[in-house]
Amino acid sequence: MRTRTLITGLGPITALGVGIDMLWAGLCEGRSAIRRITRLDPSGFPCQYAGEIPDELFDVKSVVPKSYRKATKVMARDIELAVGAAAAAVADAGLITKAAGEDATPTIPPARFGCHIGAGLIAAEEDELTAALVTSRAVEGGEFDLKHWGATGMQNLTPLWLLKYLPNMLACHVTIIHDCEGPSNTITCAEASAMLSIGESQRAIQRGAADACLTGGAECKLNTMGHLRQWFARRLAPAKEGVDAATIVKPFDRAANGAVLGEGGGLIVLEAEDSARARNAARTYCELAGFAASQSYSADATGTEIDEQGESISDAIQMALEAAKTRPDEIDCIAPFGSGIAAVDRIESHAIRKVFCDRAGRIPLITTIANVGNTTAGSGAVSVAAAAMALKTQTMPARINTHHAIDGLMANAAPSHSAKLRAALVISTGMGGQNAAVVLRNA
Amino acid sequence: MSEPRVVITGMGWVTPLGHDLETVWKRMLAGECGMSRIDRFDAETFPTTFAAQVRDFDFTGLVDDPQVHAGAGLNIQYALGAARQAWNQACLSSHSKLNRRRIGIYLGAGEGIIDFPNYAATNIAGWDEATQKVDGRKWAEAGFRLMNPVREIEQEANMPLSHIAREFGVRGPAYNCLTACAASTQAIGEAVSILRRGEADVMLSGGAHTMLHVLGVTGFNRLTALSRRNDDMLHASRPFDRTREGFVMGEGAGLCVLETLDHAKARGARPLAEILGYGSTADAFRITDMHPEGRGPAAAIQAALDEAGIDPHARDAEGRPPVHYISAHGTGTKENDSIETLAVKTVFGDNAKRIPMSSIKSMTGHLIAAAGVVELITCVLAIRDQMLPPTINHREPDPELDLDYVPNVARQAHVETCLSNSFGFGGQNDTLIVRRFVE
Repeated sequence: MRTRTLITGLGPITALGVGIDMLWAGLCEGRSAIRRITRLDPSGFPCQYAGEIPDELFDVKSVVPKSYRKATKVMARDIELAVGAAAAAVADAGLITKAAGEDATPTIPPARFGCHIGAGLIAAEEDELTAALVTSRAVEGGEFDLKHWGATGMQNLTPLWLLKYLPNMLACHVTIIHDCEGPSNTITCAEASAMLSIGESQRAIQRGAADACLTGGAECKLNTMGHLRQWFARRLAPAKEGVDAATIVKPFDRAANGAVLGEGGGLIVLEAEDSARARNAARTYCELAGFAASQSYSADATGTEIDEQGESISDAIQMALEAAKTRPDEIDCIAPFGSGIAAVDRIESHAIRKVFCDRAGRIPLITTIANVGNTTAGSGAVSVAAAAMALKTQTMPARINTHHAIDGLMANAAPSHSAKLRAALVISTGMGGQNAAVVLRNA
Repeated sequence: MSEPRVVITGMGWVTPLGHDLETVWKRMLAGECGMSRIDRFDAETFPTTFAAQVRDFDFTGLVDDPQVHAGAGLNIQYALGAARQAWNQACLSSHSKLNRRRIGIYLGAGEGIIDFPNYAATNIAGWDEATQKVDGRKWAEAGFRLMNPVREIEQEANMPLSHIAREFGVRGPAYNCLTACAASTQAIGEAVSILRRGEADVMLSGGAHTMLHVLGVTGFNRLTALSRRNDDMLHASRPFDRTREGFVMGEGAGLCVLETLDHAKARGARPLAEILGYGSTADAFRITDMHPEGRGPAAAIQAALDEAGIDPHARDAEGRPPVHYISAHGTGTKENDSIETLAVKTVFGDNAKRIPMSSIKSMTGHLIAAAGVVELITCVLAIRDQMLPPTINHREPDPELDLDYVPNVARQAHVETCLSNSFGFGGQNDTLIVRRFVE
């Protein structure tokens, strides 16, 4: 009999704000935080909208201990977001960690505290890198000269430059701030990253290597290179200046035309039942009852051409249900990836119909990307936070933008309402074909 | 019901010393060195001008249809090559009832090689002298013109995984982790954990990486982590030597087929070794430095021994310690080699000096994310042949470092149980324990 694992803290960080209360209020009110991009001049890009976290809602310096403030200089935006999510999750769970001060007695023994954070490929900050590159032009306004760069130009980069961009630096900074000395990992499987991390935390706890883990993911692709790559991968909706920002993303709609990016993601506290009981945990949202992962088959090797035959999302759902000892008819809501990327919507819909058959059209969906954008490596954590809160409050959040859902899915716009929810299914499917599913049950 | 035992049934690698198991192993035992002048780009004026490059490797004969992998970067090509070797050694294709939904993948692979010339040109085209910032509109205009869409999609670190999944048609649990230099060791440890839980019957696990591109070499040079012995590159990587001054970048891939023992037996596969233990910890100390007492590495080693049920202070009837070889992380930086030595002594006490510990990075360079799996494969070959690969370039002992580093010359030894360490930049520590397979 494996240890039960409970979600005892939620720390989403999205364009709707930091912490579960702000995300939940925004979702229930059906608000969209998609705006014209300000982090870069988007006028040369076909998709000019995204979910950005306004500075007034998040300043990384306010969430790191004073003694660690200097380190914020070597944090790429992705790292800042993970650090912000960790602070929110730790606070929500009522945990004392080293962040409260060197003398603080930690709630979770450091050696028993793990940390698994999904991350993406972090693009160099273009201003910082280019300011150094332009010093190596052969002549003012001329071409880049590699010989000059090797000899002197590269010295215009700060010595720790590389460390800003290693994906494991999200977990590295979080483990330092909160003194998590247990198992730690960085999973990089695009949109599946956060959920795969949550599954890995469950494995670590159930094999006895940790009592609790900070787990989830965070990413910011709102930079020139990240944004360009997403367009190349056909993930984004064309949206030039002047469109109605709030309605761009239409998950599972017949007219779905792509996603927009969001920055953020989130971390949760996943905890062994014994640990949560022993410390009288402030709150328990739900049990993470089952988890499974799978790989879809794609005609091309990058996983961008997955069809209904090739999708393995349904395998992950079925295995997660088995692991959770939960029947499909006990699932009362589903939080899919729900990106509004038509090809991905189709295979998710196929998977849901394959597993739930006739009932597929009667299970309400929780969609978040229409509200906050696709937070890529962090997206699964946003879905898990929303589903956990739905179970805790027995409330379905509102859905927006979709009016003609494909395959009769319950994805059409609807206001928030109270509902009897026994268990929730959360699905992630990443660019590349990696899938994860979790089953959450009322604890 | 006890948890399933996990065995290795296939192995493969692509390294600077060659592209097949036996060639590389022979060269390691001969103490050969894989360093040469960097020729992927003009590094002549860089502080470091050499590395351990993979040479003359062509993956196209190792995949069913090279067209499917036309966009694959070098990291992906290496991964496919290593995977094919491992798949073939494990004789997976000859198994008629193979359930590909029960075969998973867990890689610790790195990102692709950035298209530096076009990337630099795009950034410079976007530069606005007046504001000293990149102008997004000008940048986008250049980016759409210069950057290659397929190459950019292939940059993400999950792409080696996606290519391997496509090549072998496997549909089980699939992960990629990227914890710097610890990644592929961690991948194998987690793959074992997945097998023990019964979530798959077979896992392809290992890693692939190359950072031999302008920004990779720049980044490590700025960190002052690389050796700069440009005039003496064959002796530049000198782990545990008093005069060590940094690591040498390598590149490549390694892959193992891991399998539950029951599954291997049922299909008549021959176990090459058994994975006994895995330990994983975080230093949680600093982003740049290891904890001075080696807290994290020692805890990872101890956790792996605990899982393997090995008492580090035990001796057998002949007075031998319970671990017969340590494949060191041994990067050749001042800090790593000191801390690793300290951690081994902390855990093994009086036994530490009786356990040979060598660093093949003296010969292959540092394969970054792929380093750990290549070192684990080395352990399996050491068990098979009862031979230990040396730490070459070990000329001047460091008075602080007093373990048996198998200096310069390979050695015949009694080898049944080995331990392999990997410690990543940023403080992830991972240890695996592998033993000769016995019923």
